[in-house]
Amino acid sequence: MREKETTLYFGPQHPGITGNMMVKLKVAGDTIVKAETHVGYLHRAFEKLMERRTWMQSFPIVCRICVPEPDPNEENLARAVEEIEGREVPERAKYIRVMVLELSRLAAYFLWMGGQSGTAGLYTVPQWSVGDRDYILDLFEELTGGRIYHMYIWAGGVRRDLPEGFADKVLKTMDYIESRLPEYDKLMFDNAIFQKRAQGIGVIDKDKALEWGVVGPPLRGCGIKHDVRKDEPYEVYDKLDFVVPTYEGGDIWARAMVRRKEMEQSISIIRQVIEKMPGGEYYNKVPTPLNWFVPPGEAYVKTESARGEFGYYVVSDGSLKPRRVHVRGPAYVHGVSLLENILVGANISDVAMIMNSLGVCPPEIER
Amino acid sequence: MAINLKGIVSPYNALKQIGRKPHTVQYPFQKKEAAQRYRGFHYNDLEECIGCGTCATICQNEAIDMIFIDGFETTSGDSGLRPRVDNGRCCWCALCVDSCPTGSLSLTKDYLHVSDDPDTFLLVPGLDNPEGKENLSWISNGNSLLDYQRIPMPELEGKERVKSFAEVVLGYSEDQARAEAARCVGCGICTDNCPVHMHIPEYINAIARGDDEMAVKIIYDNNPLGETCGKVCTRRCEEICAVSKRGEPIAIRWLKRYATEKAKNKDILKEIVNPTILPPNGHSVGIIGAGPGGLTVGYYLALRGFDVTIYEAKDHAGGMIMYGIPKYRLPIDSIDKQIEYMKSIGVKILFNTKVGKDISFNELKQKHEAIYIGIGFEVPYKLGIKGEDAEGSIQAINFLRAINSEKHVEIGDKVVVVGGGNVAIDAARVSRRLGAEVTILYRRRVEDMPADWEEIEGAEEEGVIIHPQAIPLEIITDENNKVKAIKYANAEMIPDPKGGRPRPKIIEGDEHIIEVTSVIAAIGQEADYSFLPQEVLESIEIKRGRIVVNEYQQTKLPWLFAGGDIANRRADAISAIADGYRAVKGIEMLLLNKEIKNGGRLN
Repeated sequence: MREKETTLYFGPQHPGITGNMMVKLKVAGDTIVKAETHVGYLHRAFEKLMERRTWMQSFPIVCRICVPEPDPNEENLARAVEEIEGREVPERAKYIRVMVLELSRLAAYFLWMGGQSGTAGLYTVPQWSVGDRDYILDLFEELTGGRIYHMYIWAGGVRRDLPEGFADKVLKTMDYIESRLPEYDKLMFDNAIFQKRAQGIGVIDKDKALEWGVVGPPLRGCGIKHDVRKDEPYEVYDKLDFVVPTYEGGDIWARAMVRRKEMEQSISIIRQVIEKMPGGEYYNKVPTPLNWFVPPGEAYVKTESARGEFGYYVVSDGSLKPRRVHVRGPAYVHGVSLLENILVGANISDVAMIMNSLGVCPPEIER
Repeated sequence: MAINLKGIVSPYNALKQIGRKPHTVQYPFQKKEAAQRYRGFHYNDLEECIGCGTCATICQNEAIDMIFIDGFETTSGDSGLRPRVDNGRCCWCALCVDSCPTGSLSLTKDYLHVSDDPDTFLLVPGLDNPEGKENLSWISNGNSLLDYQRIPMPELEGKERVKSFAEVVLGYSEDQARAEAARCVGCGICTDNCPVHMHIPEYINAIARGDDEMAVKIIYDNNPLGETCGKVCTRRCEEICAVSKRGEPIAIRWLKRYATEKAKNKDILKEIVNPTILPPNGHSVGIIGAGPGGLTVGYYLALRGFDVTIYEAKDHAGGMIMYGIPKYRLPIDSIDKQIEYMKSIGVKILFNTKVGKDISFNELKQKHEAIYIGIGFEVPYKLGIKGEDAEGSIQAINFLRAINSEKHVEIGDKVVVVGGGNVAIDAARVSRRLGAEVTILYRRRVEDMPADWEEIEGAEEEGVIIHPQAIPLEIITDENNKVKAIKYANAEMIPDPKGGRPRPKIIEGDEHIIEVTSVIAAIGQEADYSFLPQEVLESIEIKRGRIVVNEYQQTKLPWLFAGGDIANRRADAISAIADGYRAVKGIEMLLLNKEIKNGGRLN
């Protein structure tokens, strides 16, 4: 006998939802028959706001597009403007940027660990990971003046040089984080409950993954080696030694293991950056921001964020303000088309697990 | 299915963490110290702040507005306004700090504010949180977004300059002008210090945008001698430029020069400015002296439909800008272009017509309903020392007038100029161009010299020797009453007990003699009022050589207006233009508004 279908509203306020969005589920029993995403709760019209602000005024805006990991947004806007202007970036600034981007990736993965294991009912991990993430935020506070919104990377370089003794602090924090990773393994990744909840759940069809436009850890979890840092290296990634881990299977487990391995790579990258960072200038000054005309042109730039390839399309008409800034974040695919597809057939209790494993960040969808 | 034994046991490892020190601090017993660069609440050094409002302009959240607060008045170089921050809107991006021209604004380590009163989130930084000074964290020192370095003006080399009277300053190229204009924060603090209150931020912004014609239009809105001012203005605007607090001021004068020079001749200029000329209104105004003030009155009254006639004693218009300023600073072509443009819009100038000689003042009074006097200071002061009347002892103003009229003046090869103002520097630099070795004797220190610092630098580059704290005592002559040498004494500076500028005092016995072929005195001038009839002289008030006027440049006689050097103490072209502009308003009110009370007095 066919069970009666029920409509279930998952979110917008739900601890299992990443950010504020809603998934309207049609369920038969506790199996999902149809999933429909609803966004708009975090719409702040970032793209439009920037069209009404000068180039410099746009930089404090973009970080808000992703709270857990704001830096790829700053990096994208900066790099797009630099490409349009043909502005050189000092070598030191490039290294600092990579350091910031990798620190933010680590911070984002710590937050993900908390969310992912929390949705599996493992409530100790969030306590740890949020605490450990704070040590990275301490570094950000010291470097950029802000813990969450750094407003640090901007066109021409970075806003301030490293404070005195900062490199040592970074290395110490990296040692600490590295020493903590085996403990997370024991608590989370080796945990039978987590494995049971993750393996074989939320499977992305490898053949379909590219077709849908899946990127980042979800794609690498399908065994496809795709990483902007390797494929189209930006800043100084081509001078650094790191590997792109992949896992087969396309399930939550594969995505989790990709992230787990990438954390080690990020730590290694940060250490290399500290070692290789040259001296010199950190900022190639732009004109006085009130009279900063960016020449007409357009640029599409992309950065590998913790959630995958993050693109910005920026157009200048030669005026004081951007003509168009289009934000193309990975969550646009992961949180809408992909999520709606792979939720079908899943269990209600797995919805939060799947969402977390995809790294859905609603402001990227409704920017 | 095999049992995952490791997966069941390993999580219990977490029990080892029991008893470990927690990550968190025990708030409120323990407080977390913010990082050295933390972006917390604002602090503003209210004394340093000049109320330019750049913070409010750059704020992308509109969290900052500028308000008047008690204890701060609008003065020259200070708007009297201070920023107020709405902490409910602020996003702590610190763009305001990084673009603060004075560096008075900073962020602090303070980040906690708890109150049930929403008004407390509106904060006048520095006033409402004086304790913030102890906690400064995000400061703009060395990291400012502003560009504190001026685009250098291309100039002729010092050695090249002395060979001819070619213009020294070569002018900005288009790229240079755009870059220099882009440094401006558009605060408008400068406007207040400009005697004419020119629309400085507006025309600089037009240049930054690449709209040079608009810049010219804006300049001519209240200054008909924009090009002259672009070359030789004493630029009080730059003295108080907000950017000058920590760097070099915007080259306002050179930008004006750049824009106005773009109009190559009077026709192009007329096409760009495209002024509205009102139909004749039947009123007639006479102007004595075609100096910058008289020309300004003539220009704007002509635009307003008045019938204006300027009476000029010499054969060329411009007054002091024509005869006083050397041609390497202001070429004659440039003056001609501006005068031709004025004539083309209806200003009539009668040359070689000296009032009092070629035409009487009373005749003028019968012809016109109102008269503006802008005769300037033409009569030089004398040094008052022995030997001054000898051959080879000349007055700078006469010397410059002769040179600018392309007459030959014999000065020999060793010249001493006495004085420290712009006229002294001009006389010295002109003498260099005539091939003489030049020494300037000045009573006070170099930093006390009233001359423009760029002029002083220019003179030094050209090889002029400046001898400060030297007071001339006597001009020594030979048997033919020709200048042979000058005797001077060194002076020491005595501080003024009242706090004024220090005074020079001769050091007894420290006397020296320099052999010279000429001595040029440049210690000031005064006006010659002898052309005015006795009854007029009795009706107006003359104080310390200057005619007393009201805010419309009106003298005690309602129909008589005066301006320029004879009415203000600033003695520069821009002040004369300002006087002219005020007189235009006064004359317009007087002649068009017949209901003037107090017998025609405008205030």
